[in-house]
Amino acid sequence: MKQFFYLLKLAHNGLAGRGHFAQVSQSFDAAPGGLCALLLFAGLAGGADLRFALHGEPKTLDPYLAADESADAVRYLTEGVLIRINRLTRQADPELAESWKIEKGGARIVLRLRTGVKFPNGAAFTSADVVESFHRLLDPALHAPVADSFKTDKGAVQIQAQGPAAVSVEFPAPVAGIERMFDEVAMIRAGATQQPEPGLGPFLIAERKPGVSILLKRNPMYWKRDSDGSPLPKVDDIRLDIEENRDLELLRFRRGEIQLIDKLSPELYEKLAADSPGAAVDAGPTTDVEFLWFNQSKRAPLGAPSREWFASTAFRQAVSEAINRADLCRVAYRGHASAASGPVSPSNKLWFNSAVKPPAFDPGLAIKRLESAGFHLSSGTLRDSRGQAVEFSLITNAGSKTRERMAAMIQADLARIGIKVNVVTLDFPSLIERITRTLDYEACLLGLVDIGEDPKEWMNVLLSSASNHPWNPAEKSPETAWEAEIDRLMLAQAASADTRERKKDFDRVQEILREQAPVIYLLHPNALAAVSPRAKGVKVSPFLPHTFWDAERLRIPGS
Amino acid sequence: MKVVRGCALVFLSLVGMAAIAPEWWTRARYDTQFRDRPDAPPSRAFPLGTDALGRDRWARLWYGTRISLTLAPAAALVSCAAAALAGGGAGWMGGFLDGALQTASDLFLSLPWFFLLLMVRAFLPLNAAPLASIALTFALLGALGWAAPARVVCAAVRRIKTSEFFFQAQAAGCRAARVLWRQLLPNVAPVLWAQFWVAVPAYILAEATLGMLGLGIAEPLPSWGGMLRELEGAPSFRQWWLFAPAVLLAAVVTSLQAILSRKEDSV
Repeated sequence: MKQFFYLLKLAHNGLAGRGHFAQVSQSFDAAPGGLCALLLFAGLAGGADLRFALHGEPKTLDPYLAADESADAVRYLTEGVLIRINRLTRQADPELAESWKIEKGGARIVLRLRTGVKFPNGAAFTSADVVESFHRLLDPALHAPVADSFKTDKGAVQIQAQGPAAVSVEFPAPVAGIERMFDEVAMIRAGATQQPEPGLGPFLIAERKPGVSILLKRNPMYWKRDSDGSPLPKVDDIRLDIEENRDLELLRFRRGEIQLIDKLSPELYEKLAADSPGAAVDAGPTTDVEFLWFNQSKRAPLGAPSREWFASTAFRQAVSEAINRADLCRVAYRGHASAASGPVSPSNKLWFNSAVKPPAFDPGLAIKRLESAGFHLSSGTLRDSRGQAVEFSLITNAGSKTRERMAAMIQADLARIGIKVNVVTLDFPSLIERITRTLDYEACLLGLVDIGEDPKEWMNVLLSSASNHPWNPAEKSPETAWEAEIDRLMLAQAASADTRERKKDFDRVQEILREQAPVIYLLHPNALAAVSPRAKGVKVSPFLPHTFWDAERLRIPGS
Repeated sequence: MKVVRGCALVFLSLVGMAAIAPEWWTRARYDTQFRDRPDAPPSRAFPLGTDALGRDRWARLWYGTRISLTLAPAAALVSCAAAALAGGGAGWMGGFLDGALQTASDLFLSLPWFFLLLMVRAFLPLNAAPLASIALTFALLGALGWAAPARVVCAAVRRIKTSEFFFQAQAAGCRAARVLWRQLLPNVAPVLWAQFWVAVPAYILAEATLGMLGLGIAEPLPSWGGMLRELEGAPSFRQWWLFAPAVLLAAVVTSLQAILSRKEDSV
């Protein structure tokens, strides 16, 4: 899994409208009218075939340092990879590697490279480029986020050329789903002196206007052909407009200035669906998940009562049962979400444990459970065995309407079982400071987005020793028996190449999370997108990028 | 103009009376969620419809009015009291104190108060009750807003100190305390009064700005700022009911300005 911190940031970005930019993006009042008009005018000028918006300026164009959504999008469109995970079928599709063979029980993969592929400068793509790409990726001085997946504590990954058209990648121990690790590893030219250099993707960066737009032009040397033998990509250029304001983005879509929108908010989706039903697309549940957790860290500056409540499994389960997930989906997400039973979304068909069901909404059962754990209701207030009224604060990030609504609904639901919740919205840096450093909070409502499908994506969160273990970060040793069991199962599945065994282990992990409720999983939002009728060939995927994952095949007739 | 001011006064009185105890006359509480009726249009049951969580927007408007109209004047009072002490003291004593006040007020006026507010709010205890949190927010607004009125008060005191009636009082042998009480305070009071009325709408708008960013008053308490967030998606004018808090805010601020213009005239 990518850094938890990054996911949190993405979570915020995705649902709040660009993370620390949320204050800007949410406040259309702060954008001077003249500026808006200028942006719109700029949008009208130019003549790109396909246009859509990035929701922030890419922090970098170096394909190995991409760590934000916009940089990821540019990398996706401009760089070639050895194996691509198909966003619809979820199969590993051959790209620059036309075939591969997994050896040594999943510890080694031999990739046979496609011949005749050339870089835009005319140089042939060979195994030397692959080796060079991995050397750069794994350079410790670079701190490439994608490199984390290739680092193990058992030794270094060995990359060796097997002639000009084959490469072997060998890990010190078997790796589950080894062929799925190459989706984000861009292939660069050996000897490239500067980054980014034009890559092997369908498009090349032709022009960049910081804060305004990035123009991509068709890569004339692109190797891929359509099923009828015609060259790809089908559009000559793509203009990516930097547009942080999602309302303005929708306005421009309605005016026909952009053709695609990824990650629409439920409100904007409903608005669009009312006006242009054909343009609004709900692609079903994403792998994203919204959840809340209680701070169980012994290092947290919490009072004794709250520390005891949060450590009580009965308390956590009762809170989980008292939250009406169906209402959260229906009201906060306007029906474009599904109740969560655990961290894995039903859209992740291979790893989702269908035997684990979301807790039924039952305040009566929650109260009984609390009473059996020593709590009692007194004049509508829940009190613990010492008579202390149960009250806690729930922090979440400011600027995300859906999350603020969820917090208000949770507050009302828990009031029914006598628990007083103080909802506190914080700016994102303050929130991160509290949940990762000072640990000065009681409960937190947040979400993760763009989660990979494989269970190893959860290692960084579920292992008790992980610094991103949300409810009790960086435990020296598992503090509970069930955490020890999760550790054992997660390590076992990561070391195995047997999918059936891995599934069994990960199913059990999902059951433990459901039984112990260290994290109260709430819902999985749907992938909501907008597709102009002008754009042909768009197949919206619940996985990112939702709309332009096969950009080379999209067409804008008459452009 | 008298008619306009009279109308403004009547309007503000009506708003004030309506906001004193909305629980007596609104049908629902501000936090009751009718989850089967989210985003409902106006009806007999909900004159301004319901919000995204199915809460009665009409009830929330009046509860929010009570909060905004109670705390904004309180914050204005804090800033005017601080301005009277700092500006009055500096103007009266002159010399080093006067210079120090100018420097301090320059510093305060140049501070990015908005970010300061965000920072201070991040340090507040998380379990503060919503009412305590909003009281603190307005107290901070008040505490940060002393600099501009202090300069005005300081200038007024300096002017009074060089006036003939002031010299006459001193020449007649009046003691300092008597001069302060009988000559200075009555002449500074209108200036302070005007500053108070200028500050009230400014603080209402400041809270609205914080609310627009989701950093205003905590759920489930309503405020004008929080309700104005519903306008973020640029709704069409067919949904006129969403504009009610903006209209009320504008009407109250305009009324305050109309009354203020009379106070300024008198100064």
